[in-house]
Amino acid sequence: MSVSTMKYVDAIQNGFDYLLVTYPELLILGQGLWSPFYVGRSLHGLDQKYGRERVIDTPISENAATGVALGAAIAGSKAVIIHPRMDFMILAVDQIVNEAAKWRYMLASNEDIPLTIRGIINRGGEQGAQHSQALHSWFAHIPGLRVVMPATPSDARNLLIQSVECPDPVIYIDDRWCYEFDEEVDLSRQPGPLSSEKPHTVRSGNDITLVGIGFSTLLCLDVAEHLSVDNISCEVIDLRVLNPLNIAPIVTSVNKTRRLVVVDGGWKNAGMAAEIIASVAESFKGSWNSPPLRITLPDTPAPSSSVLESIYYPSISDISLQIMKLMGTSH
Amino acid sequence: MSSDKHRIETLSSLPEFLFDPALKAPELEINNFPDIAWRDVLKMMLRIRRIEELLGERAAKGIIKTPVHLYIGQEAVATGLALNLKNTDFAFGNHRSHGHYLAMGGDEYALLCEILGKEEGCSHGMGGSMHITAADKGFIGALPIVAGTIPIAVGAALHAKRNSNDSVAVVFFGDGAVEEGVFHESMNFAAVHSLPVLFMCENNLFSSHMHLSQRQPFMDISRFAIAHGIDYATIDGNNVTEVYRSSRELLQIARIQRKPVLLEAITYRWRAHVGPDEDIEIGYGRRYDLPNWKKRDPIKRLVDALLKSGLITDDWLVKEDQSISEELRTLQDRAEEAAYPAKGQLFNKVYADK
Repeated sequence: MSVSTMKYVDAIQNGFDYLLVTYPELLILGQGLWSPFYVGRSLHGLDQKYGRERVIDTPISENAATGVALGAAIAGSKAVIIHPRMDFMILAVDQIVNEAAKWRYMLASNEDIPLTIRGIINRGGEQGAQHSQALHSWFAHIPGLRVVMPATPSDARNLLIQSVECPDPVIYIDDRWCYEFDEEVDLSRQPGPLSSEKPHTVRSGNDITLVGIGFSTLLCLDVAEHLSVDNISCEVIDLRVLNPLNIAPIVTSVNKTRRLVVVDGGWKNAGMAAEIIASVAESFKGSWNSPPLRITLPDTPAPSSSVLESIYYPSISDISLQIMKLMGTSH
Repeated sequence: MSSDKHRIETLSSLPEFLFDPALKAPELEINNFPDIAWRDVLKMMLRIRRIEELLGERAAKGIIKTPVHLYIGQEAVATGLALNLKNTDFAFGNHRSHGHYLAMGGDEYALLCEILGKEEGCSHGMGGSMHITAADKGFIGALPIVAGTIPIAVGAALHAKRNSNDSVAVVFFGDGAVEEGVFHESMNFAAVHSLPVLFMCENNLFSSHMHLSQRQPFMDISRFAIAHGIDYATIDGNNVTEVYRSSRELLQIARIQRKPVLLEAITYRWRAHVGPDEDIEIGYGRRYDLPNWKKRDPIKRLVDALLKSGLITDDWLVKEDQSISEELRTLQDRAEEAAYPAKGQLFNKVYADK
């Protein structure tokens, strides 16, 4: 078994390296792929190693570049299009939502569409409203797209590999705030098909179910640790796959804890946290020990000033306080 | 009448007749291309015309419910170009693609079924008129978001360049599509990466009811090829020999030099943006122009050239036309009787079954 302690960002790089070796038909496109800055260290040197015909830095044309990746995938290549910031990925929504998501359905095609659309959440540091957005909930709304958000280095690598191997268009969303976290990654593991992936219970507990999505899973784990001091036992579930949503593991957990808090780095209104709570509520047959709770961004654009940023993004202490309040009112 | 006539201004110097149907267009030069079976070309153009007329008729009766964007008047473009395409090429269409599909050899019955939403349709009834495919013929797919398939074709060209010696991508679009930013993004991408794609612009002078002169400062779409350093030609799109000749030259460049090219065929759609009407009252300048463009009928011009050269007779034409019409009516009647998709098909193919 080949196990290596690896940071999240290096696990992405490792996944790309594996994919480029394994699939000669793989093309990777995106802005800044030949720069050391745009995509962090997640593709470092791969253009030199595999050639700039395969690792292609594109003009500033998000929509066309995404369509190009889609067209290459339809024609028989495997393709990844990388948007170094999700905010700019919005310019490609026509190709993602109108074309890629529906291509197979509209034409009743039997062909694979091995297209991975990687969007990077890159926020904080006073970058402001157009350099901060986490728009996973939008894409999770669209039938035909698979949407995944890795929280851990193992998932950063394996979900990437599974996305590229998947015959459907996949939105793979990684978060710069996860990049420096490390864990042991089993590099010998050959991940199965993406369609079999579902939420993971990453910490067991009895009092309350916390669901995280991408980076907020790491917050939930820290919160669980923090609350254990107060004898609150949290079960933490990492959502991992936003669409198609497999709610069963969360319902199973809530059947035990009868409390549900979803922590999401997106907005509240019509967001992923609401979707999870609604889906659980439809299946949960018991009575709630406390009302389900969404902990999200406030419904405002991201501010620039760090003073405002510090209240904009949910912190471990904010989340812990809200959960303690929830537990307190229910006892 | 003159108040209804719009300005014609091109950025490049082009023959005046191209945009003005009141002027005389050159005759077809079929004798320059003796290796082409022009009678078969005529038959194909006739089949497209008669299918579109039939669809218009059934749409007017309410039998066809899906929006049909008819190709009548533009038949020479798809037919002339398809003579130079192979089933290993990657062609993409748009909302007005029945003619592209048919010219590339797409099955007629499967098209008629698709337009009726039937299981035997080319897209199993999931697409209707605007989402059609004949992938085994190289017609990968037509989709109706304006300009949406342009970058997809560029991506297919990227694949073709890496994986084949001479396959090319082709994308059909109209003069309206160049008002979308992604057209320019795609031209730039194809140029900077030197990708073998033919940008096939059918400049039919209209985007819905809006005449080109109301939407753009110049009439020639090929000006954008100049801006991107792409080889191009602007031609009489109602002259099938000219479409054949120009597309052969340009595709040769794409196939051998592996770089993008643009062909602009000036033509005119006889019917409304959507549906069977002629839109005389709606479309700007159509009252004045449509009768003149009908005189420049691409089928009539090929018929005249073939009659003149003795390759066909009036008698042949009447019989051929009649048998095509009868054949198509039989197919259409059969399609109208065909089965609809099972209700469970609603959930099929959202994701691959893997």
